[in-house]
Amino acid sequence: MKLLEIRNLAVEFATSRGRFRAVDGVDLTLDAGEILCVVGESGSGKSVTMLALMGLIAWPGKVSADVMRFDGTDLLGLSPRQRRKLIGRDIAMVFQEPMTSLNPCYPVGWQIAEALRAHAAVPRAKVRDRVVELLDQVGIPAPASRMGAFPHQLSGGMNQRVMIAMAIACTPRLLIADEPTTALDVTIQKQILDLLIGLQRQHGMGLVLITHDMGVVAETAQRVQVMYAGQMVEEQGTDGLFATPRHPYTAALLDALPERAMGRPRLPTIPGMVPGIDDRPDGCLFNPRCRFTFDRCITTPPALASIGDARARCHTPLDGQGRPA
Amino acid sequence: MSEAVAPRLAAAPMPGRFAIFWRSFAENRGAVMGLGLMVVLVIVAALADLIAPHSPIEQYRAAFLAPPVWQEGGSWTFILGTDDVGRDILSRLIYGARLSLVIGLSVVALSLTTGTVLGLTAAFAGGVVDMFIMRVMDIILVFPSLLLAIVIVAILGPGMFNAMLAVAIVTLPGFTRLSRASALSELARDYVTATRSAGASTFRLMFDTVLPNCTAPLIVQASLGFSTAILDAAALGFLGLGAQPPTPEWGTMLAGALQYYQRAWWVLAFPGFAILLTVLAFNLFGDGLRDALDPKLKR
Amino acid sequence: MSTALMQATDLRRHYPVGGGLFGKKGLVKAVDGVSFTLREGETLAIVGESGCGKSTLARMATLLEPPTEGELAIDGHPTATASATARRDLRLSVQMVFQNPYGSLNPRKTVGAILQEPLAINNRGDGPAREAAARAMMRKVGLRDDQFTRYPHMFSGGQRQRIAIARALMLNPRVVVADEPVSALDVSIQAQVLNLMMDLQEEFRLAYLFISHDLSVVRHIARDVMVMYCGRPVEQGSKDTIFTDARHPYTRMLLAATPSVDPAHRKVTEVIKGELPSPLNPPPGCAFASRCPHSTDICTAERPALREVAGHGVACHHAEAIG
Repeated sequence: MKLLEIRNLAVEFATSRGRFRAVDGVDLTLDAGEILCVVGESGSGKSVTMLALMGLIAWPGKVSADVMRFDGTDLLGLSPRQRRKLIGRDIAMVFQEPMTSLNPCYPVGWQIAEALRAHAAVPRAKVRDRVVELLDQVGIPAPASRMGAFPHQLSGGMNQRVMIAMAIACTPRLLIADEPTTALDVTIQKQILDLLIGLQRQHGMGLVLITHDMGVVAETAQRVQVMYAGQMVEEQGTDGLFATPRHPYTAALLDALPERAMGRPRLPTIPGMVPGIDDRPDGCLFNPRCRFTFDRCITTPPALASIGDARARCHTPLDGQGRPA
Repeated sequence: MSEAVAPRLAAAPMPGRFAIFWRSFAENRGAVMGLGLMVVLVIVAALADLIAPHSPIEQYRAAFLAPPVWQEGGSWTFILGTDDVGRDILSRLIYGARLSLVIGLSVVALSLTTGTVLGLTAAFAGGVVDMFIMRVMDIILVFPSLLLAIVIVAILGPGMFNAMLAVAIVTLPGFTRLSRASALSELARDYVTATRSAGASTFRLMFDTVLPNCTAPLIVQASLGFSTAILDAAALGFLGLGAQPPTPEWGTMLAGALQYYQRAWWVLAFPGFAILLTVLAFNLFGDGLRDALDPKLKR
Repeated sequence: MSTALMQATDLRRHYPVGGGLFGKKGLVKAVDGVSFTLREGETLAIVGESGCGKSTLARMATLLEPPTEGELAIDGHPTATASATARRDLRLSVQMVFQNPYGSLNPRKTVGAILQEPLAINNRGDGPAREAAARAMMRKVGLRDDQFTRYPHMFSGGQRQRIAIARALMLNPRVVVADEPVSALDVSIQAQVLNLMMDLQEEFRLAYLFISHDLSVVRHIARDVMVMYCGRPVEQGSKDTIFTDARHPYTRMLLAATPSVDPAHRKVTEVIKGELPSPLNPPPGCAFASRCPHSTDICTAERPALREVAGHGVACHHAEAIG
């Protein structure tokens, strides 16, 4: 059984200018012990997808899906109470801003303990020991003495470690990390990513890592989903994605990386920008910016097509040489 | 530079700033009601000469303490009755609205401009100047505002102008602190640095660059300060320290009517009611304004 | 060799902190001994993590803050001894582009007004001439003419960054200090802005002081690189020698930590540990010693000076042994 299975997820927001589909037709499956990266630019809907999964989309947002199952449990049919029991215990999340995700009024140890108490994960007498053990596990030096520290006394990297400790407190089976290292320096980012992967292996968790950084994807993921304007446009194994991207957007995104442009005076770019609420094109959402736009692309929205091991939302997925099939 | 956005991606026109503001303001019914009351008040004040049935200071010797029209003994000549020396209360209220608005406007104008200049100076100068200005403001804040206003009027001598001055001084710290705080947060932003490295003078930075971006909280404070000013000026008038009889100022009217509260309730009730409505209108409007202008309260 | 537009000699900037009523006074050495030469048409990248002093350096380079010690010369003119008017002119020849495109444009002014403002402040040209200059600059950075009267909130991050670049160029500066100009942008937009910056550099022979934490961007745009750690340069020289033959352990750690899409990079196993020490009362000796895998007794006792190793400057006692 899949640990997580989502089919045809859509999230709609009622705005003053009509309904807006922030996420549309997203499929997401994850096995236990697998690392999936969801990559996309700002506004691509990657964070909204995860918030929908956690049941954290507030009014006026509306979530719908054909299937949304976690370990066999139907998430759509859960009562808020049952959902709260599941979330935080079996599914946990780490956010982008460690400084604002922690409550500045309480010591970090207390906040981790609260997560333990909320789900009665360990007997009351053992809570303290467990907190120390968790802090130690996430690589915080002198954990016993750091329990009483407040978030402002710790660095960004240390706070993110605390957030991770909180997330794994109840040994979840699925961990969702939403841009967990974007606010951190490179050397700290590396440490946090290594920590996340280490914990994932150790506990056999499923890990969904949301990021905009292709380098992070390449170094952590086993499988990648690329999102564009609220849609999943490509899904592939990591090595395949970087060697032979199937969707023109993925290919263009990789080409635009300075790292891939060694020796070239100018970077290949993607013209224009991600469509907003008002300027969604007909047909394929990427067609105004695509290098290979055909008549069909402007009139008909493409479905997900399988090509090799990959799936791409394109009428003419790219072949191994980067040409449309 | 061929990446200029292709024409077919051209965005639809965005709604203007005012349209966005109005949409969120109109959601608040109380605020719209406050705005409506304010408009009525302004019209009444502006057209006082046309709509007031009588002169506000003429004494009708035949009708001391005449009751309002719907009460026994009332007449359509004096719709809301007359006071102890035979002046028409409705006319006095109408002219009083004019006075109250003038008081509110001048007090707010005075303390808003002074407070903004002081606050910006404190924010830009920093150091000793900042310390000095803000400590003076703290000293003003230490005293209960009405008590301080009374002291100031006692020193300057009673009268409407001095009362306005006193209220302006009392409301000064609010504006100063607010403009200093928002100027400080704007100063930290990059566009100020950019303008500075383009060679802009401090004066230009203060009033052309920073001030326009601090207006939202100041507007809100001003609309709330309007009601404080009217209330405080009325209180001073009530204590005999503000506008002097026979000026038709609402607070002064109340003071003169105090001894009749058992015999002729209308002499007391209508000016009080007028003050209540006006203050309520400005407060509702100010709250609505804050909700509409403060991005943190937006959903 | 083209002319040196900006020459920094042993720049230092120290801030007294604390004090207060009971606290002990301390000294933060935000920048402590930085020297560089920036020539026409070239890009010097300052690389480092938060707290390394690169933003303080940017403020000194734009003459917004005077150095506590050391000398900064612009176009051959020393800034410290310049008269007030000469200083003002020197300041105008260095303009800045900021990291956050949402905070760097005045929200109350139209794009047109933002672009004309630098000219208006300095009384350059009359009204129509300013407008013509602003419109011409808009086209240069790839914005449409009809966007002249729009407000910043109507633009995306990438477009705003174009406006910010256009504004910086309105006074025809010789040097542009760019503080993380693309790190807030998405990859596809980042490429557009980097290309624009390189085009403009060629056209106007601009010198860029390019501050960034992203090594792949630096490698693409820069000619020279200075890696900073705790306010001091630890490795400084041409891009090619630094990226291929880094000798300072911190530079090597940065290179290893930067995620790469290149599968070969994943084999690098440099130890990455520790965090930045407190800037207050730094340890004697090398600031990096506590995190360094090569650290020995001399590192904690004696501060290494920047010296020539492998064709570029390295501040490490063990530079020869590493690499």
